[in-house]
Amino acid sequence: MMNKIFFLAQLDVQTWTYILVGITFTIYIGIAIWSRAGSTKDFYVAGGGVSPLANGMATAADWMSAASFISMAGIISFAGYDGAVYLMGWTGGYVLLALLLAPYLRKFGKFTVPDFIGDRYYSKTARIVAVFCALLVSFTYVAGQMRGVGIVFSRFLEVDINTGVIIGMLIVLFYAVLGGMKGITYTQVAQYCVLIFAFMVPAIFISIQMTGNPIPQLGFGAELSDGSGTYLLDKLDGLSTELGFSEYTEGSKSTIDVFAITLALMVGTAGLPHVIVRFFTVKRVKDARKSAGIALLLIVILYTTAPAVAAFARTNMIETVSNQSYANVPEWFKKWETTGLIKFEDKNNDGLISYVADEAKNELTVDRDIMVLANPEIAKLPNWVIALVAAGGLAAALSTAAGLLLVISSSVSHDLIKKILKPSISEKGELVAARLSAVGAVCVAGYFGINPPGFVAAVVALAFGLAAASFFPAIILGIFYKRMNKEGAIAGMIVGIVSMLLYMMKYKLGWFDDVLPDKSQWWFGISPEGFGTIAMLLNFIVSITIMKFTKAPPQEVQDIVEHIRIPSGAGEAVQH
Amino acid sequence: MTTNNAKAYWRENIKYVLILLAIWFLVSYGAGILLKEELNAIKIGGFKLGFWFAQQGSMYVFVILIFVYVKLMNNLDKKYGYDE
Repeated sequence: MMNKIFFLAQLDVQTWTYILVGITFTIYIGIAIWSRAGSTKDFYVAGGGVSPLANGMATAADWMSAASFISMAGIISFAGYDGAVYLMGWTGGYVLLALLLAPYLRKFGKFTVPDFIGDRYYSKTARIVAVFCALLVSFTYVAGQMRGVGIVFSRFLEVDINTGVIIGMLIVLFYAVLGGMKGITYTQVAQYCVLIFAFMVPAIFISIQMTGNPIPQLGFGAELSDGSGTYLLDKLDGLSTELGFSEYTEGSKSTIDVFAITLALMVGTAGLPHVIVRFFTVKRVKDARKSAGIALLLIVILYTTAPAVAAFARTNMIETVSNQSYANVPEWFKKWETTGLIKFEDKNNDGLISYVADEAKNELTVDRDIMVLANPEIAKLPNWVIALVAAGGLAAALSTAAGLLLVISSSVSHDLIKKILKPSISEKGELVAARLSAVGAVCVAGYFGINPPGFVAAVVALAFGLAAASFFPAIILGIFYKRMNKEGAIAGMIVGIVSMLLYMMKYKLGWFDDVLPDKSQWWFGISPEGFGTIAMLLNFIVSITIMKFTKAPPQEVQDIVEHIRIPSGAGEAVQH
Repeated sequence: MTTNNAKAYWRENIKYVLILLAIWFLVSYGAGILLKEELNAIKIGGFKLGFWFAQQGSMYVFVILIFVYVKLMNNLDKKYGYDE
């Protein structure tokens, strides 16, 4: 027994990573085989009988991507207060979902978001516009996930990024194609457990080290345990201003931009098809409300820990490297330097690392992802914790990719093939079509993961703006405004998504000018990330104006609206 | 169920939604963004209050809001005979 413990303690990070990733992947594949889909209902909505707890866990895993797990804490640690746009933006949307969307869409009881748009607005055109928006949003988002899988593999298993992307594709292919929504739901439940454990363990260790408090959310506001009696955040504000950065708790974005980005992210969250579709899988309307609450609770555990990790990591990093001699840096510094994620250039040749806000004098560049990936090493945690972070990052990226791929495949097989191109297709034929489109979607996503077009990274964050500008107003008006008709909704969605795309191309990608226009030219000082808010308002205004001049929807559609407002008699999501 | 019953149910639902969304707006956009500077003058432990709302508090309130809504609506469903 003693020998065994000694042996485990001796294992290096690499071996631990193989063991933990191997175990978790075996679990995912086992679940996929156990939960094969036998019908289109299984494939699209997991048979419609998922419990609120399982759906909440699956939603949380679906929601928290490689970006939430790996990058968010790092982004916050460099942005300080401004990082709140992601924290509030990516959680506040669930309040909108639970209060304004999920119960009604569940009662409506179909398979996809374009289903709702198509039926509520009694129009094939509306359905096609919705399918286009769903595909655009999901593809921009999924390409980033596959890249994330590749990066995690390459960093921890020392294979190249492309091999990593291909391994990730094969795994997702296996359980998404075999199990559809049913397979995805139950693997996501397992993935939530893996990712939350992997995120919390290092956070708790570091919180104890720095403040003596095992709860990171409290350690965040506590005194440092170095005996100085200084609060962590005061220390960090002091260090930041000393080096010429703005105060950590103040941030540097304008208030209007913070407001606009937060709103665009919240509304975008509530309009993302892969999140909405999760609420089609529960049994009753009340389960839809409850599972939104559970999902948010499970998400908030990670989201309230992330800003604490951000502050710990930033303080730790500044104290460890700032003005220290390069010859004496710790081992992790050298290790991450070889990956190119930490760069040091001794501009004044004094052998000291000077890390300051002034670009001309700054000698240290740190990739934001380091804050989570290297945190366990910086804090000198055991090897198995470092390996756990790799398994957690993979769980986060794979679960989100799978959810998105399902939306893409159901948009093609259900909304395009079954509803528009070939309504006579049999149940069996549709299931085959769904599986084939999942294969196609994985291949396209993998292609973008291996050959990311330059603009993908820039565009992923804007998927929210696109969802806010297109779906959110159409769904809200469809539920809360009986008089809303197809003319208004279609015009609104088109104006919303086109204005968002144009603003993005001009101010984010710089396609219309020789050089990218700078901040001073933004409309009302709102960044492309925040423009989703404006595009959403445009959508609302156009929808309502056009609606006023066109005729009311037919009586049977108004009856549908009456029907979805009443929770009872939801039945299961039905084939129709 | 009569149409009147459905209408009354819907009115009460809308009332709940509006109240809860007002709180949703106040804690995030109000306390966390627009009133941040004023609230930062108040300190609780190591947290400036505006900063705390932006990076911690608003998220806790969001979770509570959804569970309050779940509870209110379950009662409302029973009151109007829509529960199952």
